[in-house]
Amino acid sequence: MALTIGVPRETFAGEKRVAAVPEVVEKLIKLGFSVRIESGAGAAANFTDEAYAAAGAQIAANAAELTAHSDMIFKVRAPTADEVAAMKPGTTLISFIWPAQNPQLMQQLAERQLTVLAMDSVPRISRAQKMDALSSMANIAGYRAVIEAAHHFGRFFTGQITAAGKVPPAKVFVIGAGVAGLAALGAAVGLGAIVRANDTRPEVGDQVKSMGAEFVPVDYQEEGTGVGGYAKVMSEGFQNAQRETFAKQAKDVDIIITTALIPGKPAPKLITAEMVKSMRPGSVIVDLAAEQGGNCELTVPGEVVVREGVTIIGYTDLPSRLSKQASTLYSTNLLRLTEELCKTKDGNIDVNFDDEAIRGATVVKAGEVTWPPPPPKLSAAPPQAKAAATAAPATPKKSSHGHGGAGEPMSAKSLGITFGVGALLFWLIGAFAPPSFLGHFTVFVLACFIGYMVVWNVTPSLHTPLMSVTNAISSIIAVGAIVQVAPPAAAGTEGRPDTLILGLAVAALTLTAINMFGGFAVTRRMLAMFRK
Amino acid sequence: MSANLATVAYLGAAILFILSLGGLSNPETSRRGNLLGIVGMTLAVLATVLGPRVDLGEGLPFIVGALAVGALIGLYAARTVQMTQMPELVALMHSLVGLAACFVGFASYVDTSVVYEGAEKSIHEAEIYIGIFIGAITFSGSVIAFGKLSGKIGGKPLLLPARHWINLAGLLAVIWFGGQFVGAGSTDAGMMPLAIMTVIALLFGIHMVMAIGGADMPVVVSMLNSYSGWAAAATGFMLANDLLIVTGALVGSSGAILSYIMCRAMNRSFISVIAGGFGTGGGTAPAASGGAQPAGEVVAVSAVETAELLRSAKNVIIIPGYGMAVAQAQHTVYEITRLLREKGVNVRFGIHPVAGRMPGHMNVLLAEAKVPYDIVLEMDEINDDFPDTDVSMVIGANDIVNPAAEDDPTSPIAGMPVLQVWKSKTSIVMKRSMASGYAGVDNPLFFKDNNRMLFGDAKKMLDEVLVALKA
Repeated sequence: MALTIGVPRETFAGEKRVAAVPEVVEKLIKLGFSVRIESGAGAAANFTDEAYAAAGAQIAANAAELTAHSDMIFKVRAPTADEVAAMKPGTTLISFIWPAQNPQLMQQLAERQLTVLAMDSVPRISRAQKMDALSSMANIAGYRAVIEAAHHFGRFFTGQITAAGKVPPAKVFVIGAGVAGLAALGAAVGLGAIVRANDTRPEVGDQVKSMGAEFVPVDYQEEGTGVGGYAKVMSEGFQNAQRETFAKQAKDVDIIITTALIPGKPAPKLITAEMVKSMRPGSVIVDLAAEQGGNCELTVPGEVVVREGVTIIGYTDLPSRLSKQASTLYSTNLLRLTEELCKTKDGNIDVNFDDEAIRGATVVKAGEVTWPPPPPKLSAAPPQAKAAATAAPATPKKSSHGHGGAGEPMSAKSLGITFGVGALLFWLIGAFAPPSFLGHFTVFVLACFIGYMVVWNVTPSLHTPLMSVTNAISSIIAVGAIVQVAPPAAAGTEGRPDTLILGLAVAALTLTAINMFGGFAVTRRMLAMFRK
Repeated sequence: MSANLATVAYLGAAILFILSLGGLSNPETSRRGNLLGIVGMTLAVLATVLGPRVDLGEGLPFIVGALAVGALIGLYAARTVQMTQMPELVALMHSLVGLAACFVGFASYVDTSVVYEGAEKSIHEAEIYIGIFIGAITFSGSVIAFGKLSGKIGGKPLLLPARHWINLAGLLAVIWFGGQFVGAGSTDAGMMPLAIMTVIALLFGIHMVMAIGGADMPVVVSMLNSYSGWAAAATGFMLANDLLIVTGALVGSSGAILSYIMCRAMNRSFISVIAGGFGTGGGTAPAASGGAQPAGEVVAVSAVETAELLRSAKNVIIIPGYGMAVAQAQHTVYEITRLLREKGVNVRFGIHPVAGRMPGHMNVLLAEAKVPYDIVLEMDEINDDFPDTDVSMVIGANDIVNPAAEDDPTSPIAGMPVLQVWKSKTSIVMKRSMASGYAGVDNPLFFKDNNRMLFGDAKKMLDEVLVALKA
């Protein structure tokens, strides 16, 4: 039995996005689902009911009718209490949930016996990037932030020399070079502004530069990368140094765009009232963290205010302000997630907890709260071992530890065995071998160690010359052959098959000579080619 | 020259050899390193010839004659060899060392001028036995490796039924004949077991390398390199010559380390490579064992479109593989690189440790084509840069860029470190057809949305790309 996906109209005030666009509806139907859309759901994003009908969706007259007949609900904003109450038990809901901020909603969802996949909880692993709605939305928010700033800023972004005089370029400072930050950088650079950016994670510096902006580091040593490539809370000392850097920038720039968020925590207050005061009148601050309390002390979430002559934009609905683009990207993310859920393409879903991406996104499964998920095994940047060890002790230990890597030191046991075998061998040799052998044996073992030390220093690009030169050197056997060619006439040489030995020795010498000269010559030829 | 002087000269030669290997730590000092090796070798040979154990009047014509003939052949080969044939040449040279070790071993055995007694006699004979054993394996194994590398013998592993048992039986026979040999009263009585053992060792070497697949060749070549060292060391023990022991140990450990590095680069254990075939033990054919079959559409592009992609890119990484060596395309690759760099495109090369048929194979080819070595990077150095790369171009490589190694735990190559080309904005794979690589594993990379395939002979296609770039 194929499932029915219901897409209601968003009820949150001012929300213009819709969870499925006609193009995606068509693909969902191809996956075997039937799709119902509430009449007018896409109107605010410029998608008409006719377009949906043409894509194969059924149009439901109102929300109640839609919800009652749907096995799955696609939404953008987290549902209200009424919306949850209207859903049938067993329904699968996919939308933004923010489980950490909405414990009551979580309880309600569980009580209603729903299965809920939160788009905000999709883990940040490479494979799940295609379903990462937070990134899609952040991208839009970053772009829109620059557009809003330009709207409220009284000057050009780009510097110009006109007949009426010189126009200096606007200076933009972006705090937080995540997806939103980088999108803002790109947009601002595109408009011709001078753009700088700061981030607590030093490794994003190159990304900033690649967008054509300048990276302003905080002069303080601390690694700011948390689990999953997100930022983490920084130390006191770092925060002081950071404040100084920001204060300096505030005096210099015209526009500040802040995007600093730490998962599950209120946004850090990075721009103080004092810094706002120090900015030139007419400057603009766009606070993308407004929904989580704001990065600026004076931000009023959801509104545009003017403080000390500085316009502070605290819109929390930036993606919604680009509703068509946001809807398209968001619904594509939903489609990718649905494809993962419905591998069989027969219109049925399987919430497979072995799949890391699905496991991470699922916050309620059949009435049971499954949030928070175990920490992700792979992340964009390798997490510090410490972070992994302290995270969520409830998770199965095996997956995070596993077998030791190649670089790990030997365990005490195998080290003991190695030493034991070595000691036994040495004892055997010491007990039975004659002294002359022992001398050579010493030389041999020490030479092996020297070889070991020396060869590890050889650069991998020279491995072929290494082989040919060692090959040339191994023709040292020539020495053995030369010794046999014509030993000085001495005692005990009667009965020596001279001719046979001479033949063998000369043959061996010829072979090694080929090797000796050929090996060194070809190495020389090769090495001469390596150049800068 | 007195015995003491000869010993000191040997010591000097040994030090020069160590310095020679040490010099290879970077390309700047490597040329000097090679020179030190030559000086060391000259010193060792002169010290021996002028030393107390050679009757100059009688031996000099033979020694000079043999050296001259060998030098002529060796220098001729070194001058004419193509850089793409380096693996073959190296394998062939290993075989010479192995054969020489055998000859010296036999000569030493029949030589009655040096007499040992008691435990020393047994040890001396054991040394001869082991020396010839290693020498014979090195010889026959290298000859087969040469055949495989030069295409005279097929690259597919030859898997005899119960091959592990054959090997084991051979080993036991060698040990048993060893007992016979050491226990033999006279030289004549010992000759028989020695000869039989040599034949077994030769077969052993042939069988071992025949069972190894083409993609495992880097391991085999470095392993044979190691063996040729151990053969020299064993000869040193047999002749009580410390210089041979030191040099053999140096070469032996060098080859062993290379083998280890190669195995690690393929995430295979040394044993499983030696045991032959692909996959661990078992004896099952390479087969398409488990793993989801990649599905989706393959997008082919033309040479002109490739040129377009390259021209509009800022960062390009080129990943060469054995296919580039086969097609001898390295010069065209350099021309393309030069052209792109002149246009301000940042072109770099990513080299997987097992790309090609010998450790460092690709580096040598690129160096031959005059690609500056500071833009040729190791896998670990470049793997993090793929997300910032606009185009990565894979030339005749397959398994080393297979994402299944990371994503699919059931894949036969799971866990092998690979170059993450799929993380770049666009990847272009140049290949003759859709056939799978040596590991016999399908490559999901070909089906990725951001991947393009450029089918055809690498050299021909690259020439077309070059023409399009110039236009």
